[in-house]
Amino acid sequence: MTGSRLTRIGLALAAPILALVTAFIITSLVLILAGDDWLGVWSQILSWPSNRTMVNILNSATVYYLSAVAVAIGFRMNLFNIGVDGQYRIASFAAAWVAGEAWLPGFLNIALAVLAGMFVGAMWAGIAGLLRVTRGVSEVISTIMLNAIATAVVAYLLRKVAVREEGSNIISTKPLPESSHVPGIPFLGGEVYGFIVVAIIVGIVYWVLINRTRFGFDLRAAGQSESAAVASGINVKKMILVTMLLSGAIAGLVGMPLLFGQDYAYGSTFQSGLGFAGIAIALLGRNHPVGIAIGALLFAFLDQQSNPLQILLDVSPDIVKVTQGVIVLTVVIAYEVVRRYGVRLEQRQVAAALDPQLQQKEVSA
Amino acid sequence: MSVATDPVTNVHGTPQGRIRLGWPWLLIGIAGVLVIMSLLRIITGVDDLSSSGTIRATLIAAVPIGLAGLGGLWSERAGVVNIGLEGMMILGTFGAGYFGYFYGPWQGVLGAILLGAAGGLLHAVATVYFGVDHIVSGVSINIIAAGAVQYLAGMAFTGVPGGGQTQSPPIDRLPSITISGLSEPLGEIEQKDWFFVSEFAAVLRAFVTNMSSLTVIAIALFVLTWWVLWRTAFGLRLRSVGESPAAAESLGVNVYRYKFIAVIASGGLAGLAGGFLALVAANAFRDGQTGGRGYIGLAAMIFGNWRPGGLFAGAALFGYTDTLRLRGGGETVHALLLLVAVFLVMLAVWQWRQHGHRSALIAAILGVIVAGIFFASDEIPNELATMTPYVTTLLVLAVFSQNLRMPAADGKIYRKGSVG
Repeated sequence: MTGSRLTRIGLALAAPILALVTAFIITSLVLILAGDDWLGVWSQILSWPSNRTMVNILNSATVYYLSAVAVAIGFRMNLFNIGVDGQYRIASFAAAWVAGEAWLPGFLNIALAVLAGMFVGAMWAGIAGLLRVTRGVSEVISTIMLNAIATAVVAYLLRKVAVREEGSNIISTKPLPESSHVPGIPFLGGEVYGFIVVAIIVGIVYWVLINRTRFGFDLRAAGQSESAAVASGINVKKMILVTMLLSGAIAGLVGMPLLFGQDYAYGSTFQSGLGFAGIAIALLGRNHPVGIAIGALLFAFLDQQSNPLQILLDVSPDIVKVTQGVIVLTVVIAYEVVRRYGVRLEQRQVAAALDPQLQQKEVSA
Repeated sequence: MSVATDPVTNVHGTPQGRIRLGWPWLLIGIAGVLVIMSLLRIITGVDDLSSSGTIRATLIAAVPIGLAGLGGLWSERAGVVNIGLEGMMILGTFGAGYFGYFYGPWQGVLGAILLGAAGGLLHAVATVYFGVDHIVSGVSINIIAAGAVQYLAGMAFTGVPGGGQTQSPPIDRLPSITISGLSEPLGEIEQKDWFFVSEFAAVLRAFVTNMSSLTVIAIALFVLTWWVLWRTAFGLRLRSVGESPAAAESLGVNVYRYKFIAVIASGGLAGLAGGFLALVAANAFRDGQTGGRGYIGLAAMIFGNWRPGGLFAGAALFGYTDTLRLRGGGETVHALLLLVAVFLVMLAVWQWRQHGHRSALIAAILGVIVAGIFFASDEIPNELATMTPYVTTLLVLAVFSQNLRMPAADGKIYRKGSVG
């Protein structure tokens, strides 16, 4: 028994390690072919991060984590919510506007703004859900279109409500009142976003919801086999819609750490592209809350550690995007290769175990 | 003329006859579009709706979308969903920029195709050989391509005169074709503003004036794709792999080989689409040049029901709406609202007669709202005008999605030898 468990753990670890090694080799090959100092690049990236970088890694991982959980909920149901990008941008704008207007004092204002963001994110994702359920439009295409539409809508609304800083081209929503800033958590001499707590809670709720509730069971069932789910009385259409709404609501949280902990307004410089990173990280973490956390930390680590490459070695930090993309692809391939190997191993074991039994039967007969 | 498709069964299980679009119908369709454009021009007074300049710009906007969609068509007909088209297009823009600047424009075309095909090869290895989920592989390819191209462009063009971290220096133009004996008289007719005749002249003029040789090649590729996939044994086998790989294999078709060929061709076409952006639409490689056109190409192909003719119409529609907002901005797009309103009302009537009372009601309400916006305002704000092609895509898909039929084994992972 212990032997087979050891094999199983070994197999589970083999895939990510295989993927990381492959990504390392491919990235190095690209660097060598391009004539860059590949050893220098790796010694920078793999060096122990400074305290400040460590704080940045945690902060950036917080945002990635929320984005990846939003994507992962859809994935568990076999829904590809590529629209997290548009959902979090339009939701962040809505939340920033609500918070900037400051109808309520202090904490209540934060709560209202976060709820507004989640609501808008859910509604934006809901459009795709509704189109899928009523008109059969693939959510892959509709969410991509909705991303572009969100960009246009936000640009338009931003111009309507924007305040312009003196002598600057950057327009943004009205800054949040001082009392609505979410204080950071002191860590290694820096401050980590207070929203890291929210991210952790989201992770726990996600795990409980998926693994310990009837809803989560239905969701996984519908994701694995739609026909089987229908046969067991699950209303798949409703599940699709609810899953999209949930995914959108969490996508609505993605921009909140930035809004309440760093930027204090939504402007044309608000960080974009987080949704796509979320897709990659959800795939990397196999949709598991802990796996996603590891993936988010890995991506944030690569991002932050590669930042000084341009100054130190005159190498474009974009090289780590190649690494990240290759990791995502190879991790999936590696899992498949390892799975095939595992299946073969099992078949051989079963055959070996059955063999003597067969002989015994023949003897007794 | 067109290929007969078997009656298909829609989601509700009722048999449904497919409309066969032969040449006469195609011509009537084109004439109908021209009539609508003439009417719209006269009613709204916006001349730019159908000028030959607009049509030419439409062609330039439509070709990259069409080529990307054609790439999607090859791959999905063989059963592989290719959402990595965007990444392969990005590779194509860089291939065109690099080989175009350092070696010459035709080498640029070749470079675009080769780099795109390399992306296709990667997708094929991941999805066909390793059985990775098609969307997962496509998304990763988009990430890898974007990162690799940013990195490589920084290496290749920094310090080159006229180039920089994110763009290549200007590339020499590909030769373009003008038939001046036709172009000028047609231009005169276009100026007359005659109903229908002027529109017809404008369209013809766009095709004989300053037409890039790459546009001609792109149109030829459409015809070639149709011929290869629907008129040759090779094409029949390729499509059979997308419909039922198990049956194809039992008849001796090498499923993996056909899928590989299809996906690599798909990458090459997407790469060419990117190359067109760098060589014809602009005259240099720029970072972020594709702007999601790979995804729109995919949507155009779905809109076109996985067929070259439909894809062509879809690409033209997206190219046209995109051109309108670029040329006229809010004012021209505003004129388009009227068309949308009329279309929605017509849809409502049609749905009502099909006993789809609820969707008829929704369409009617939307139609009234759009018409209301049209009459209540003078133009669409420019920021909102940018979303025209995307809203069009959503609207069109929402209306037609249920009549579409994708290859039966599209997106399904097939293991060699998994049946008998």
